[in-house]
Amino acid sequence: MKIKIDNIKNSALLARLIFSDEEIVKLTTEMENILLFFDKINELDTSNVEPTAHVMNLTNVFREDVQKESFDRNQILSNASSHQGGCFSIAKVL
Amino acid sequence: MIEMKYEIVIGLEVHAELSTKSKIYCSCTTEFGGEPNTHCCPICTGMPGTLPVLNKNVVEYAIKAGLATNCQISGFSKQDRKNYFYPDLPKAYQISQYDLPVCKNGYIDIEFDDQHKRIGLTRIHIEEDAGKLFHDEMDAGSLIDYNRCGVPLIEIVSEPDMRSSMEAKIFLEKLKAILEYIDVSDCKMQEGSLRADVNVSVRPFGQRKFGTRTEMKNLNSFKAIIRAIEGESRRQIELIESGTKIIQETRRWDDNKGVSYSMRSKEEAHDYRYFPEPDLVPIVIDEGWIEEVRNLLPELPHERKKRYTIEFLLPEYDASVLTSSKHLADYFEQVTAICCNPKLASNWIMGELMRILKAKELEFSEIPISAEYLAKLLILIDKGKVNGTTAKKIFGIILETGKDPELIVSEQGLEAVCDEGAIVMIVNRVIEANNKSVLDYMNGKDKALGFIVGQCMKESKGKADAKVINRILKEQLEKLTDNS
Amino acid sequence: MELFELTAHELSYLLSSKKTSAVEITESVLGRISEVEDKIGSYITICRDEALKRAVEVQKRIENGEAKSPLAGIPMALKDNICTEAIKTTCASKMLSEFIPPYNSFVAQKLNNSDTILLGKLNMDEFSMGGSTESSFFHKTKNPWDFERVPGGSSGGAAASVAAHETIFALGSDTGGSIRQPASFCGVVGMKPTYGTVSRYGLVAFASSLDQIGPLAKDVTDCALIMNAIMGHDDMDSTSLRAFYDDCTKGLINDVKGLRIGIPKEYLSDGINDEVRRAILDAIDVFKSLGAECEEFSLPLNEYAIPAYYIISSAEASSNLARYDGIKYGYRAPKYTDLLDMYNKTRSEGFGTEVKRRIMLGTYALSSGYYEEYYMKALKVRTLIINDFQKAFEKYDIILGPTAPTTAFMFGEKENNPLDMYLGDVYTVAVNVAGLPALTVPCGFDSKNLPIGMQLIGKALDEKLLLRAGYTFEQNTVFHKRKAKG
Repeated sequence: MKIKIDNIKNSALLARLIFSDEEIVKLTTEMENILLFFDKINELDTSNVEPTAHVMNLTNVFREDVQKESFDRNQILSNASSHQGGCFSIAKVL
Repeated sequence: MIEMKYEIVIGLEVHAELSTKSKIYCSCTTEFGGEPNTHCCPICTGMPGTLPVLNKNVVEYAIKAGLATNCQISGFSKQDRKNYFYPDLPKAYQISQYDLPVCKNGYIDIEFDDQHKRIGLTRIHIEEDAGKLFHDEMDAGSLIDYNRCGVPLIEIVSEPDMRSSMEAKIFLEKLKAILEYIDVSDCKMQEGSLRADVNVSVRPFGQRKFGTRTEMKNLNSFKAIIRAIEGESRRQIELIESGTKIIQETRRWDDNKGVSYSMRSKEEAHDYRYFPEPDLVPIVIDEGWIEEVRNLLPELPHERKKRYTIEFLLPEYDASVLTSSKHLADYFEQVTAICCNPKLASNWIMGELMRILKAKELEFSEIPISAEYLAKLLILIDKGKVNGTTAKKIFGIILETGKDPELIVSEQGLEAVCDEGAIVMIVNRVIEANNKSVLDYMNGKDKALGFIVGQCMKESKGKADAKVINRILKEQLEKLTDNS
Repeated sequence: MELFELTAHELSYLLSSKKTSAVEITESVLGRISEVEDKIGSYITICRDEALKRAVEVQKRIENGEAKSPLAGIPMALKDNICTEAIKTTCASKMLSEFIPPYNSFVAQKLNNSDTILLGKLNMDEFSMGGSTESSFFHKTKNPWDFERVPGGSSGGAAASVAAHETIFALGSDTGGSIRQPASFCGVVGMKPTYGTVSRYGLVAFASSLDQIGPLAKDVTDCALIMNAIMGHDDMDSTSLRAFYDDCTKGLINDVKGLRIGIPKEYLSDGINDEVRRAILDAIDVFKSLGAECEEFSLPLNEYAIPAYYIISSAEASSNLARYDGIKYGYRAPKYTDLLDMYNKTRSEGFGTEVKRRIMLGTYALSSGYYEEYYMKALKVRTLIINDFQKAFEKYDIILGPTAPTTAFMFGEKENNPLDMYLGDVYTVAVNVAGLPALTVPCGFDSKNLPIGMQLIGKALDEKLLLRAGYTFEQNTVFHKRKAKG
């Protein structure tokens, strides 16, 4: 499965990651090798197999609709790089 | 007209915030407003290591909405992650439902111009709302408030069955009424608890294939939706007529300017990379649960309308108007319960009250006069204690002052003059003072009667009933003729 | 013997017979940390003052009979991806290097309720992605058995600290072997519980359907005690099992007569180091001599477990790590030109190479056009792997094999080939994919005196049986008693 540089660039955009041109080349090779290795699973016939998203077969786990006190705003903002007037803030350009 | 060649095809995606007490995946309040970031916790702000737990009522409300719109309720449904980056989305994914929604294949019947039409609903699914991003004028930066983040939503997707802005409006009104009736959402468009995305395309009449559609998101008033549909269909028709292809895209409708703008940016077309939410388990809804919820359903709008025609003997038109909103219907019943005159209540609500609501741009949930006070006023009218004109005056005073109508009547001495003797005296005074008009009338000028009646009303300071004045006046005038 | 060299159960005995105090024990371990930490580097954060203060409180509670847990007074440490309220939790990443959670993880709270004493937060591979702890943003952790070698990963700090007695026990997390492999490399006991039995609330997510928190301890008895303290249903975790959580110490029985042990022949074929193979075969002989029935069988889908695992875990990780965008917490790029640039720079500067690689793989596997081929296919292969195990457990009570194909490798050895690193997970990943419990116990040493670990895999919720097998092995061998030089 040949992976194209365009695929890498597209994935990078989707993931909000940037790479230098050299890094892209290196990453393309690495990913190609890894994906070739991933391709192994195509040896298996799964035409009549259901996918398993959850291993433990739980269903209907709910909470009651009860309102509880929210966190203090200071705690919510405590790890923010910047905040203003009680809101998280991002300067437009820095 | 060029427009006549084309058929407009409209589909709506409506988002309604559910009126549960707590958010969908955490126990924070869903209350509107509040100081920024004061209705938050680590879960709804997406802090590392936190996990969602589904609010059972969210599923129940979705089932209710599905039942009230004739949907099939899925026996097995799941939640999925919709991945994209935006500052108002703290986890950088929204938990929603992709391929197995709670409800499918429903419909809402609408009426307009004596026509009946069935608008199909593709699906209803549950998801979480995002926070609010707004721009700080001073710093030209962005500010984010996550209070709304995690408020539960149902998304109701219609089939592209609507063919005009009016149909869309009626559909929305009907949907809003239903959601209010079953008490799953307060549907306050001005607070954003009801929003619609509009998909519009056009095609020449007779063509089977749909044209290319565009989407306009987050319209939050009926007026904007109507204008957006009309504006966008016009734009598309113009483009087609000039030989330009329509591009499938998302556009932003600017209601102030009455135009739409393309939202295509240098960013990618969204690839949401949906996959099953691993932190949440599937939802299994059996017949038993569906029946339980069905039994909890209150009377739906069409059922209530029917009841009004039977129980209150109201004409269909009245019943239709009153039941178009749960708030209005509830109000009507409260008033009627006190004043016991449904037709009178209906007249006044559809008349004076609606007029005021429209003039002041108030919603049915914001009726500015209590049911008790309106009922008291109607009782006064019914008993003949005030006449129609005075009643309208009192209505106005209640709105201004918030006072009890009985109090207003006694304070301002507005009690109708019912005492016949007093009216006879008034009439005779007026006759004496207006000999010329009386003679005119006697000589065949009918108009003069109206003038004399008017004078009598003035003399009585508007408190006498016009019909009574008329009657007594005629009697007195006859006496005069007899005498002469 | 120094207090820091003892096990939790030995210290518990000393405490209850008033021969020592929580403060003494804590001081002893803190002293040990001062002595060797510079050489080993197990910790990211050491909470010296808080630990001593807490020891005083706990001691009072012990004295007035309020502290009832068998772990009361025992100092412990947590992998730095387990949120601890008001204490930095970094995931060994630049992205969270200053993050202080305003909430506690379920397990930290549970251990607190058991009157243990938190010593600090342990080093790891960044965001749990790796098998050597080399990708930590802060520093490398050394294997106490040989400072030129890795302790394993991603819970390398947890394993090294237990082996070097810088803590009495530790909690790590295991997504594809991250507790078991380092435990094996460092000669300690490690356990990954059945998926859903230990709450993930407060565990910084790597791969949600695979992650589990578990103990690293000096012996199987301690492991059982820790499991008792951390297992249980949690309302805050929707994937938490409502099951009957039996007392794990009921498994501490020296008896394996009649136990049916299956050894997948795929485990002992190519790719395994000869000395490791030898040690496993010897371990099988030990079990046989104690009356267990040991038999080879085929687990044909094992080779597909690694690709399935990496697709599922990368996909989930790419989504779980998307929240690190510099807006609400964590690193934010100091310079950017617009919002997109802020996202790009924050994430590219805040994450290390391996993390970015996995995010890219996961994004690709989920993206339009590839979703069916990779992610969906991997979920179907998962079903097949679960079935493969289910069939095996019809014939066997426990599946036995090596924990890792080699002993601890040298620093930098696997740097240039990420795939090589992934292949080291060959025995461990299938267990996470199927959600089963597994225990690793020391079962030998190679010619370089490096520890070798044996892995025991059980049916879902069969922790007690695994502990029994491990305990029996331990009681009849002395591998767990050998000490690391460091």
